[in-house]
Amino acid sequence: MSAGWPLWEVFVRPRRGLAHTHAGSLHAPDAAMALRNARDLYTRRQEGVSVWVVPSDAVVASGDELDPAPDKPYRHPTYYSVPDGAPHL
Amino acid sequence: MSADLALYALGLGDDALIAAQRLGELYASSPEMEEDVALANIALDQLGAARLLLGYAAELTGAGDEDTLAFLRGPAEFRNHVLVELPNGDFAVTVAKLLFLAAWQRPLYARLAASGDERLAGIAATAGLETAYHLDHATQWTVRLGDGTPESHRRMQDAIDRLWPYTRELFVADPVARRLPGIAADPDRAEWTGTVEAALAEATLRVPGEAGVPAGLDGRAGRHTEHLTELLDEMQRLHRAHPGARW
Repeated sequence: MSAGWPLWEVFVRPRRGLAHTHAGSLHAPDAAMALRNARDLYTRRQEGVSVWVVPSDAVVASGDELDPAPDKPYRHPTYYSVPDGAPHL
Repeated sequence: MSADLALYALGLGDDALIAAQRLGELYASSPEMEEDVALANIALDQLGAARLLLGYAAELTGAGDEDTLAFLRGPAEFRNHVLVELPNGDFAVTVAKLLFLAAWQRPLYARLAASGDERLAGIAATAGLETAYHLDHATQWTVRLGDGTPESHRRMQDAIDRLWPYTRELFVADPVARRLPGIAADPDRAEWTGTVEAALAEATLRVPGEAGVPAGLDGRAGRHTEHLTELLDEMQRLHRAHPGARW
């Protein structure tokens, strides 16, 4: 079905003072149409005050280097016993 | 006067209703899923305007409601311009039809927002805002197809040429509007021509020469193509099978 339009990532800023957050992705032939499609798909009900579209292949994503090292359990705070009287520690 | 006003609202409402039905036919069969959503949104905008206009027309005549007008009239009683009832055909035809319609509706609704009739003015103000998006969407596609590949250029030019004669009807003096000074508005042909020609120029498309309305057709007088009959068969099928059906 798809004519092979490139994929775009959509970022919506919900309110002034907040950062743009990823809303989803869509297909569009170019940037101008991507913005318009984003309006239809992600901001139809006034979800945002501004929209960014970024070609998906311009996004560099992290790999598994962010995974916690399973052989270093001391990095996780699991060896402490919580003293009585400090319930919110 | 209220009979004329009802007839005037009916004409505008029928344009919107039939345009909505044609666009609705493309649901789930547009060239791309994103285009499905865009055309469905435009169809819903047109349907929303149609409901307000037909509802107002029904109120003015004191007979029936929006559903009566949408589902219980035959083709000869519909007052839409012939342009909006023409089949979808090529995607370029849908784009050209939307360009011509939105370039007509947008300035007309803008003028009607200052109508001496408060209800009509309110409806026009709401519907007018939405037509700006319709015009933008149609313009974007006209430019991309016209200034695209040789194949898309040829098909877009073909659609423009094929529909051009039907645009003449949008500017034929409407006797009903004539009887409603200060309430009805005349469509601004110069503004329409300016908008459409600018889009065609950007799209590297040729503006067709002057052409008359195809013989025997006059949508505002109820003289339609057989395409409207087919469209109504589909649109009114459920209501005919189950009179008074509600969702």
